[in-house]
Amino acid sequence: MNQQIRRLGIGLLVAYFVLFVQLNRLQVFDATEYNEHPSNSRPLVADFGAPRGEIRAADGTVLARSIDVEDGPFARQREYPLGELFAEVTGHFSFDSGGTGLEAQFDSELRGEQNELDDTIRELIGGDSSTADVNLTLSVEVQEAAREALGDRNGSVVVLNAQSGAVEALWSWPSYDPNLLSSLDTDAARRERQALLSAPGDPLLPKTIREIYFPGSTFKIVTASAALEAAVASLDVPTFPSVTSYTPPLTTSELSNFNGGQCGGPMRDLIRRSCNAGFAQLAVELLGEAALIDTAERFGFNAVPPLELPGVEASVMPTDFGDELGRDVDVDVDLLRQLGDSLMPVPLTDDAPSLAQSAIGQFEVKATPLQMALVAATIANDGVVPTPHLIDTVIDSEGAVLAEGDLTPWMRAVRPDTAIDMREAMVGVVESGTGQSIAVDGLIVGAKTGTAQLGADIESTHAWVIAFAGTNPDRPSIAVAVLVEADEAVGEQTGGRVAGPVAQAVIAAWAATR
Amino acid sequence: MRSRRNRELILLALAAGGTAGAYALASLGRTASMPADLLPFFGIVLGLLLGAHLVLRRFAPHADPTILPVVALLNGLGYVFIARLANDIDNATALPGQQAVWTAIGIAAFTATMIFVPRTRILDDYRYLAGVSGIVLLLLPLLPFLGREVNSARIWVRLGPVNFQPGEFAKIALAIFIASYLAEKREILQVARLRIGPMSFPEPRHLAPVFAALGLALLVMVAEKDLGSSLLLFLVAAVTLWVATSRLSYLLTGVGLFLIGGWMASQIFGHVQDRLDIWLDPWADPDGKGFQPVEATFALANGGITGTGPGRGEPYRIPEVETDFIFAAIGEELGLIGSTAILIAFVSIVASGLRIATGARDQFPKLLAVSLSALLGIQAFIIIGGIIRIVPLTGITLPFVSYGGSSLVANWVLVALLLRISNDAALRPELAPTDDFEVVP
Repeated sequence: MNQQIRRLGIGLLVAYFVLFVQLNRLQVFDATEYNEHPSNSRPLVADFGAPRGEIRAADGTVLARSIDVEDGPFARQREYPLGELFAEVTGHFSFDSGGTGLEAQFDSELRGEQNELDDTIRELIGGDSSTADVNLTLSVEVQEAAREALGDRNGSVVVLNAQSGAVEALWSWPSYDPNLLSSLDTDAARRERQALLSAPGDPLLPKTIREIYFPGSTFKIVTASAALEAAVASLDVPTFPSVTSYTPPLTTSELSNFNGGQCGGPMRDLIRRSCNAGFAQLAVELLGEAALIDTAERFGFNAVPPLELPGVEASVMPTDFGDELGRDVDVDVDLLRQLGDSLMPVPLTDDAPSLAQSAIGQFEVKATPLQMALVAATIANDGVVPTPHLIDTVIDSEGAVLAEGDLTPWMRAVRPDTAIDMREAMVGVVESGTGQSIAVDGLIVGAKTGTAQLGADIESTHAWVIAFAGTNPDRPSIAVAVLVEADEAVGEQTGGRVAGPVAQAVIAAWAATR
Repeated sequence: MRSRRNRELILLALAAGGTAGAYALASLGRTASMPADLLPFFGIVLGLLLGAHLVLRRFAPHADPTILPVVALLNGLGYVFIARLANDIDNATALPGQQAVWTAIGIAAFTATMIFVPRTRILDDYRYLAGVSGIVLLLLPLLPFLGREVNSARIWVRLGPVNFQPGEFAKIALAIFIASYLAEKREILQVARLRIGPMSFPEPRHLAPVFAALGLALLVMVAEKDLGSSLLLFLVAAVTLWVATSRLSYLLTGVGLFLIGGWMASQIFGHVQDRLDIWLDPWADPDGKGFQPVEATFALANGGITGTGPGRGEPYRIPEVETDFIFAAIGEELGLIGSTAILIAFVSIVASGLRIATGARDQFPKLLAVSLSALLGIQAFIIIGGIIRIVPLTGITLPFVSYGGSSLVANWVLVALLLRISNDAALRPELAPTDDFEVVP
């Protein structure tokens, strides 16, 4: 019988050896495969509860932080003390859908070195984790002023330092509370996200940088700059005829002034009173498509602004206005008489009516609020487009600077003298034109209003203002873009009346922080 | 034989130290602080083990010196993991205290067994009592006023405030019966009268108990839905029969019949088919039926070779981790090193048990040592193999490690019996045991 017992022993030993082999497979040879298996949520859970750096406003106010949690699968909870106020910038940190905004853009910096052993040793010796903190250029006060001023109207407010391109405010409504999407109750977070995805106004979308709108008359700053650059007109010469509408070549449909009003004069007045007919005529008869496209692209159109957020949208300037028809555009006799020999002939293309529309920010011209703020900043900054940035520094726990805001210019748009002329024209808009609602006591303010139509038969309009402001007329400090989105319930909203007070409030709030 | 006990004492001190060390590490891993009660904990562990050791010194001084320390380590490690898991799973704060009390009761039962079974052979006299009580205990949960169904298995009995699994004790009773029955009948069973093809069998009436074991096992599978116990009981019976008779045909025929019975059950009963489906492809439904084995696989993979460290993994994600799946928790936090150590521990107990069997002079203690060793070794194999998908997953405990009072107490009794046989074998029948007397077996 002892023989049998030994055989039983060998049999059991073999059985246990099979277990040992299988354990080697599961724990060693195939471990990587299982660790990365799509059904395996362990890495996600570890990730979600991992240490993570803070995101702070310019004055050090904490906008996002991770706090320790006692119970449950997650070690930490991401928290946004100011709720919706900076959701557009910080984004959220969701278990199901990952990070958005800065949480996504600086994910690897915020989480630090993902070295488990390293972290364990740090914890044991009582040191800080290796996460990095993200310090922003944004101002809590200006951001709050933007929220207050816009209220519950859908729209965007962008405030930039005109020289450095540092973002001081980036607000759009509707927004959302990132705390709800970053909840440790992942089911609740998932439901909240579903609700937001189907909510009107797309609260999850940072509209300041990712939505493009007809810029309307604010784009006349680009058109006028192009004209000054090309020297086809100055602020005072020529004087455009005072008319109610302009009919471009190759069409019979008229391009009317706002509300069919009579409007004309030198470019200074066209800007001040926002004359559509005069700008259309300027673009078609004196400027031509090439110069307008070139200038728009020098302001940043058709390129993605290098702001440190994911998914920044490029603004659009159409680059094709049809084939050249082999002859020049007929120039209005009145203009011909004024300009005489200095007139440059403009070749006629078969989509000249669209060029006329584009000159006043319609047709297919579309811009983000950020891009229009950059246009104002460029005028304030002597023609140089600053690099828009919202990062001041990204600093790891050892004090090493991992990233810094880019203070070098993004590109040069126009000559300094062009910018100086445009500043003068935009100050005129606030002093005696369509932008008088934007004036702030004690500050030099220049602006351009815009009332963008969404289509021929649609009553409601986007209300725009772009502006610069400061104490030094040669060096305005900030640039602002305000957009109040079209609202069918409200109908027509003009830039000066609707967007102007928002810009005024934001500029006043900025001045109060100085 | 003093040196055997002295060796045991040293090994027990190591086991107590290992347990206390794991306890401290688990606390450090979870909260980065030493447990406040580390010294009392170490004292209690040492006290319990010292108690068991003194019982052996007094009642079985010549018994094998390695089994108790290995059992102590398994029990201690199990407690540490239950205490560590209780922090992370819902409604579990009472589990560590209960497991500690059950461990004390287990050692008390170990002591009682040592005292009330002074010689292995007296069990031989209670063969039919053991057989009948084994069957009664096994079928007790089927009684409508006593039995309770938990997690779809009807293996629990409620007596007043105490819930227990009588099946855990039934296994030992049945092992005693099988050993006793085979010790007497082995010669008859070895004589083959019937030849069917290449295989030969004894007269059918001598095989009646074998069929009874088969029937009982299938009944457990179908009526109590306890696949693990069913498989375990049947394999132990078949293996002991094979050892007793040297006839492989019994083992093969028995296993064949069991597989046929199991296949038929799987066709008729959904729960058996489910288990087979999950075994063959847990990835078909990783969030539903396959969730438990899939999460266990992820846990083991997460552990790798060295493990996450006690308290630093996420084994609480696996349902039932404190009972059936505790091996996966150990594999995650102690890695391949820890999981292999568990395997080695069981191999070592089984090896000691089988060595005791080869050393026993009489048929009954020899076969009892075989059936008890097989019981422990096969039970651990079935649950570990189920977790790592070598065999279909069945819900049984990992002896000494899993949370569960009935299992713990029953296995302490089992070990007491093994050590009793070991002590007997070291004695000449006519000599009384004395501490200062060296005996050569």
